[in-house]
Amino acid sequence: MFARLMLTALAAGFVAGVFLWGGHMLKTTPLILAAEVYETGAALETAPGGGFERAGFTLLTDVLTGIGFAFLLCGAVSLFGRNVDWHQGMVWGLCGFAAFFAAPSLGLAPELPGMQAADLAARQTWWLGTAVATAVGLGLLFLSPGIHFKALGAVLIVLPHIIGAPSHDIAYGEAVGKVPAELASEFAIAVFVVTGLFWIVLGGLVGYFYNRFEKS
Amino acid sequence: MLSKSKLSAIPVPAIDASRLLSGVLALMFGAFIVFGVGFAHSSTIHNAAHDGRHALSFPCH
Repeated sequence: MFARLMLTALAAGFVAGVFLWGGHMLKTTPLILAAEVYETGAALETAPGGGFERAGFTLLTDVLTGIGFAFLLCGAVSLFGRNVDWHQGMVWGLCGFAAFFAAPSLGLAPELPGMQAADLAARQTWWLGTAVATAVGLGLLFLSPGIHFKALGAVLIVLPHIIGAPSHDIAYGEAVGKVPAELASEFAIAVFVVTGLFWIVLGGLVGYFYNRFEKS
Repeated sequence: MLSKSKLSAIPVPAIDASRLLSGVLALMFGAFIVFGVGFAHSSTIHNAAHDGRHALSFPCH
């Protein structure tokens, strides 16, 4: 059984990760490089090496992220899914998108280098808490039989936003980060679309491979 | 129309021990990888994963 999940996660995660990398190289990395010029006056060598090496590290990151998220989806599908094919897989993928992108981003918008932000550890804690609460909440909402559990699921989804994300203490109107708003909004929408497509592709592939490897 | 006997013949996935164990193991594996790529504070990992973290909306810096 675990071999099936492992094969599914590796295959789906790898393909979706390469897809994600394509989206990043095309749409988001150019904006990150542009933002670094505003941040420091010149494109940084933040990632080891420049050019190809930097792109290579992003490929590695994206493939690993794809495989990591694929394992999470596979685990959930095998525990709670019924007859998951690629159509259903896409719905699971959309739930992943909601938990690991939409909900955290509602409080912590995608950041470019050089943008003002609150303390890192506080943001990471809120981000993780929100992702877990949303994932569990969606699970209760969709999969639990009782109305009480469904209500609890809805509460879990809303709660992080009532608590509120940690915010930088800068009043609007004061000078804030160094990155132009035009760049930041382009980046936010590019991240939104690329990440959304990634999750749909990942979910579809997880459903497809999960079925295909059924006999192993 | 499905008769009662046919309805009961539709397989309901039983959560057996192997399924439970592999599912939980996969969740833990996934959480470990995502945490490492997206959240680990090691500066080597941070630098390598920098552009990906920004583009996936993980908190970075």
